[in-house]
Amino acid sequence: MSKLGFSKYDTKGYYDEMFDEHNNVRPHYALFKERLEQIGKKKLNFLQHSTDRAQLSIGMTFNVYNDNQGIERILPLDVIPRIINSKDWDFLERGLKQRIYALNLLIDDLYNEQRVIKDKIIPKELVLSSTTYLKQCIGLKPPENVWCHITGTDLIRGDDGQFYVLEDNLRCPSGVSYMLENREILKRTFPELFEKLNVRTVYDYSHVLRDMLDSLSPNHPATIAVLSPGINNSAYFEHSYLAQQMGAELVEGRDLVVRNDFVYMITTKGLQRVDVIYRRIDDDYLDPLVFRKDSMLGTPGLFRAYQKGNVVLVNAPGTGVADDKAVYAYIPRIIKYFLGEDIILPNVQTFICDEEKDLKYVLDNIKNLVVKQTDASGGYGMLIGPKSTKKEQTEFIKKIKKNPRNYIAQPMINLSRVPTLSGGAIEGRHVDLRPYVLYGKEIKIIPGALTRVALKQGSIVVNSSQGGGSKDTWVLGNNNL
Amino acid sequence: MLSRVADSIYWMNRYIERVENYARFMDVNFNLSLELPPDVSEQWKPLVVTTGDWELYKSLHGKIDKNKAIYFLGFDENNPNSIYNCILNARENARAIRPEITKEVWEQINYLFYLVKEGKEKKSWQRKYPRTFFIEIKKGCQLLYGIFAATISRTDAYHFGQIGQMIERADKTSRVLDVKYHILLPAPEAVGSPLDLVQWSALLKSVSAYDMYRKKNGKLTSQGIADFLILDKEFPRSMLRCLINAEQSLKKISGSNGGNSNNSEKQLGMLRSQLEFADVNNIFTSGLHEYLENFQGKLNDVSAIIFDTIYSFDDVIDKK
Repeated sequence: MSKLGFSKYDTKGYYDEMFDEHNNVRPHYALFKERLEQIGKKKLNFLQHSTDRAQLSIGMTFNVYNDNQGIERILPLDVIPRIINSKDWDFLERGLKQRIYALNLLIDDLYNEQRVIKDKIIPKELVLSSTTYLKQCIGLKPPENVWCHITGTDLIRGDDGQFYVLEDNLRCPSGVSYMLENREILKRTFPELFEKLNVRTVYDYSHVLRDMLDSLSPNHPATIAVLSPGINNSAYFEHSYLAQQMGAELVEGRDLVVRNDFVYMITTKGLQRVDVIYRRIDDDYLDPLVFRKDSMLGTPGLFRAYQKGNVVLVNAPGTGVADDKAVYAYIPRIIKYFLGEDIILPNVQTFICDEEKDLKYVLDNIKNLVVKQTDASGGYGMLIGPKSTKKEQTEFIKKIKKNPRNYIAQPMINLSRVPTLSGGAIEGRHVDLRPYVLYGKEIKIIPGALTRVALKQGSIVVNSSQGGGSKDTWVLGNNNL
Repeated sequence: MLSRVADSIYWMNRYIERVENYARFMDVNFNLSLELPPDVSEQWKPLVVTTGDWELYKSLHGKIDKNKAIYFLGFDENNPNSIYNCILNARENARAIRPEITKEVWEQINYLFYLVKEGKEKKSWQRKYPRTFFIEIKKGCQLLYGIFAATISRTDAYHFGQIGQMIERADKTSRVLDVKYHILLPAPEAVGSPLDLVQWSALLKSVSAYDMYRKKNGKLTSQGIADFLILDKEFPRSMLRCLINAEQSLKKISGSNGGNSNNSEKQLGMLRSQLEFADVNNIFTSGLHEYLENFQGKLNDVSAIIFDTIYSFDDVIDKK
């Protein structure tokens, strides 16, 4: 049997989640390492093969093209888990709670009193002119004053071993089904380790989610529906999975009608009222009468029913204003303003080009920085300093000078790495971390997360469309590891 | 339940039943070819004709040919009724209603999909003995029925599924029977000859009816076989039995709607009673082929009316 060894495993230059800088295994990975070394290469590759098959069989696939002949892919699940010890997790939990609490206060304030603008914490134009600020939501008060009930914050760990928030996903964050199904698969792969390591369970996510949704309605039990764009959406597996796990109805826009400002499902026995909609459709597409007129995905009249308080939308429309890149830079100050506390879970250092001191730093150090246009997304309008040419840098300097308000800059951060199976061998690969936060009457965080991994050597792109995979994420209970 | 869900589960089951029956269609010919006298050649045209897609076949592939016929019925993306397209559609419907069905049902549909997809990629129609591949598909469908029966609650969803399956099965049994009309005998005198009976019994076998027929009738006769496949009340693939089953499911649904007998129930009931009081001798006298064609047309009408039951919400609003 060919043995698996870590003798050639290279951790140089990066923070490795499993080994410290002297190549000693970190205590919370020790038992796993022991087990891995017993298994042998062949068996481990077999286990990897089984996980691929398991994913196909349960239909954990996403369409690459928008027609049913399109190619279906799985998001490859690497069998080696990402393990987080209880100390780190407690810290993350505190940090996330603080952040989500403050972000909700911010959104509520922006659509109501706007104190944060009057007190000059955030520049007025930055928010009010943003396309993500929905004027239709001004003056609205969702139940419990909670706007973003479901968040999937993207975290990274840098060279220094410190966790940072990279992005707040406050709209329709996806991936939680992978957290849940990855666990189901890994439980079959390493059954004995779960007990020994005291891995905390993620099983009750769907129950907590259901209870949270139910708590938002005056009617109990509430009729809950998951609103999906349909089977061609790349996250459809997740929509159907969550509906099924919660025992909720899975609906599309065409399954709903609005009568007298109430929302109904079209059933074989007539119309049935819906109380809470967990919508996985973007704000723009929710209601053609209010937002995009060409939307075929939404339901006419839905927004009015929501305004009247006759249906709860989760997340509330309008949350996008707070996960804007420009607003991100102000989050430390926002937390201080609303809570009087220092930020626990830090942002990646961000330079606001609209501020003189920062602007000078950015212009002087552009070759070392990542510059982002605040109103662009998906990697557009971006300059990665260390990988750019002199000419590109000069162009960007011109653009920034012309309209500084439109740009922010951040240092390059090396994402931490986790050992990953690659072509039969084990090599370090970069990862991020997306835990899921639920907010109804109180904030709850399920001890688990989706860890995305860049499977290509050296790559830091973890997106599923560009060679990304995932890992099961084990949060350990309190056993001093 | 959502109307769209009722619609999808109806079609999911219809498509699966169609997959199984197309696999059986192939078996008719494989059965026949095994029993043919040395001087008689295999006939593939009758099979394509009975599916109703002969014109499409001609335009796509021209002359009849064994490999092309198997490809057309089994794998052709341009044939909306090919096994490949049907399993694809069944799976898409299943995905759309994933929360309504069990994990086990979904996994079996998914398995079937990958089985056929792989068969397509490996060009199974060119195999020397493609028959085993189609038997595997048939068994996969039967396993699915078993899982469905053993894990799905008898709610309206189940009954909409049953209706879809039974309507499809009645249609396909009528078409299997019709194959015989299109198969050419060497001479008109051959009616009633041993070759004629070989062909009839091949049909019986292809709908798994051989043993049950033998138990009931013993002697093989063309009229006995037609009687069994059209008018038998107990055999689960006979046209009448399928209608009885569909009607029972329809009653369960409307019963839970408050007992109003609706238009689809009336139409289905009429068609069922026509079969119940039919006599096989009369059917033969007026022409078996014409009788079956007529039946298929009426069944289509029933199928169209079923949707009134599914999308009945507008009159519900009116009553409010």
